[in-house]
Amino acid sequence: MKRILAVLLIVSLSFVVFAQGASEAPAKQQEIRVLLANHPYGELLKPLIPEFEAQSGIKVNYESLQESQLTQKLTTEFATGSSTVDVFMTRPLQEGLLFIKNGWYGSLAKYDFGDYPAASVDLGRKDGVPYIVPLVIEWQVMYYRKDLFKKAGVKVPTNFVELEAAAKALTKDGVAGFGSRGKGAAAVTQISSFIYNFGGNYLENNVAVFDSPEALEGFRYYGRLLGNYGPQGIASMSWENLMPVFQAGKLAMWTDASVFLGQVVDPTKTNIPAEDIGVAQLPAGPNGDSPFIVTSWGMAMSSKSKNPDAALQFLNWATSKELAVKGMLANIPMSRDSAWANDTVRKNMNAELIATQAHAAKNGYPLDRPFMSAVGQARDLIGEVIVEAIDTKGTSTRLPALATEKAKAVNELLKADGEYGGK
Amino acid sequence: MIKSGFFERNLKYLFPLPALLFVLLLMVFPVLYTLFVSFTDWTLTSGRPMKFAGLGSYLKIMGEPRFLDAVGRTFYFTIGAVLAEAVLGTTIALVLNREFRGKNTLKFILLLPLVATPVAVGIVFNLFYDPTIGFLNYILSVLGLPQSGWVTASSTVLPSLMLVDIWQWTPMISLIVLAGLAGLSNEPYESAKVDGATSVQTFVHITLPMVMPTILTAIILRAVDALKTYDIIYAMTGGGPGYSSETLNILAYKFSFEYFNMGQASSILVFLFFIVLLFSIGVTKIRKLFEL
Repeated sequence: MKRILAVLLIVSLSFVVFAQGASEAPAKQQEIRVLLANHPYGELLKPLIPEFEAQSGIKVNYESLQESQLTQKLTTEFATGSSTVDVFMTRPLQEGLLFIKNGWYGSLAKYDFGDYPAASVDLGRKDGVPYIVPLVIEWQVMYYRKDLFKKAGVKVPTNFVELEAAAKALTKDGVAGFGSRGKGAAAVTQISSFIYNFGGNYLENNVAVFDSPEALEGFRYYGRLLGNYGPQGIASMSWENLMPVFQAGKLAMWTDASVFLGQVVDPTKTNIPAEDIGVAQLPAGPNGDSPFIVTSWGMAMSSKSKNPDAALQFLNWATSKELAVKGMLANIPMSRDSAWANDTVRKNMNAELIATQAHAAKNGYPLDRPFMSAVGQARDLIGEVIVEAIDTKGTSTRLPALATEKAKAVNELLKADGEYGGK
Repeated sequence: MIKSGFFERNLKYLFPLPALLFVLLLMVFPVLYTLFVSFTDWTLTSGRPMKFAGLGSYLKIMGEPRFLDAVGRTFYFTIGAVLAEAVLGTTIALVLNREFRGKNTLKFILLLPLVATPVAVGIVFNLFYDPTIGFLNYILSVLGLPQSGWVTASSTVLPSLMLVDIWQWTPMISLIVLAGLAGLSNEPYESAKVDGATSVQTFVHITLPMVMPTILTAIILRAVDALKTYDIIYAMTGGGPGYSSETLNILAYKFSFEYFNMGQASSILVFLFFIVLLFSIGVTKIRKLFEL
């Protein structure tokens, strides 16, 4: 008896250890695993998933993660070959090249891309094969306080000279005149439009050029604005730090992505009445008027999916025209052209926001960061230049040398990954 | 009954087997795998398969100024935080070792920081530290003192982070030292009293030497943890502003999950592993001196 018990104990204990790896009972029903981002569109999808399950008979196991954790989880699972993911939300500019290069995306040749702007699909295409369905777009806007502008007798700035003057006039009584991301790597996307408007860029034909005189003007101007008129501690602030400052009424102007409007005017989160909050396009610079307008999120299938048909069915549903309209009505700017043409949408969306979108769609630039595989490290390198510019209020004498040094480092990364100078 | 005879004879191996497998799979294997990866040039951004690179990753990391800075910061953070915790923790333990009213309530309150989740602690402290809308700068302004940038300024970020670590982990040292104090025998104190020793003399010549091994144990435990601190730094500053709170663990995280440079990330971790190992061996040796 003792022996039997001992054997049983050992066997059962071993099972605890190996239970994770044990094969599951044969599934009667098709099952897929979906990874969503903690993004308004992910939130929109979650409550609707049971409808899809009822319609299709496919069981959907979803997980929801913060964006950097999502990248991390996907990368770890794919790199170790242990992935069981079928469909996932993805950031085309941040991880697109990396995932395509490693063969982690499944081909979407069967998907109908007719309703999308061609340029947004092309970013996720390699050798003619599309890999990413564009989902959500984002462009740079300027949130501002109409009441403070009126009180100070300042007009909404339309160029960088007026912007600086307005920032100066509005910085008083414990309110900072102008805010935008100052935290190195996070600021790279937000300063991009400023650099474009001075005539500079991060990369040209896959060679780093952000040490050009035009780009340097952009860094200096951004540093001067934030260093002089930004909230205290701006060099370590990203959007999650700036939003509460704006909501607390301590910031007169805030440039960031369009996606935050819903939260900025949410009466449960802000002290400021919605009618006092305006949305304007980013002022034009001396050499350009091109705010970034990018596909911030897309959806893709895993190349390792064991259920490609069910996965494609889910993908078609999750990126459908109907859901795109639902997204628009929830203040999420979608990639589908048809969603913008929808009458209900046009009637219900914030008119100022629609105007900034029209401007960005016409004049904007489709990238907000260096488009390369090692974008994470490149952003940290460029971030060093941004922080230096802010810390010295744009006056740093070593800025050109620093920018050249960092551009060289970014070029090294491009070379190491076999992307330097390529198309 | 041959079969059961086999189990009977080998029970001493079979019983620890599950635990042994657990340790091998979840502890030994990852360490060896990290060591293996550190000798390759594996990056995900290049899309190339990993290749043996000898000490290449180590050399590249040694030449990276951020690495040397991170080594310095890791020690600065650990030594600063653990020293303060040891002094404060021992003091609190000495106070708690006496009998007074409300002692249990005080003990209970002291335990609270220990059970809080570090990331949540980080978020709450970030709200306190916020230079514009935070509580601490408000207090400073009410008192008429100059305001601080706290975690948003590179000159104050590490001390601010150390303060959080001290707030959270001092109670652990107190508890360990308190247990040590409770276990001390009364005899030396009685003889000291008979010989007419003052309370300061009793403390310096009896209490401190007797409780020192316990304090050192607490310091080892804390320091090993502090060297590896990741959660509060990641949650509060992510290594910023700039790189000014980047410790070795944060640097390794960035190299692996933001830069996808697994080879160099692993070499940073192997380096950290040996620092922790050497440190533990060193302090254990010191501890032995006190036990004699």
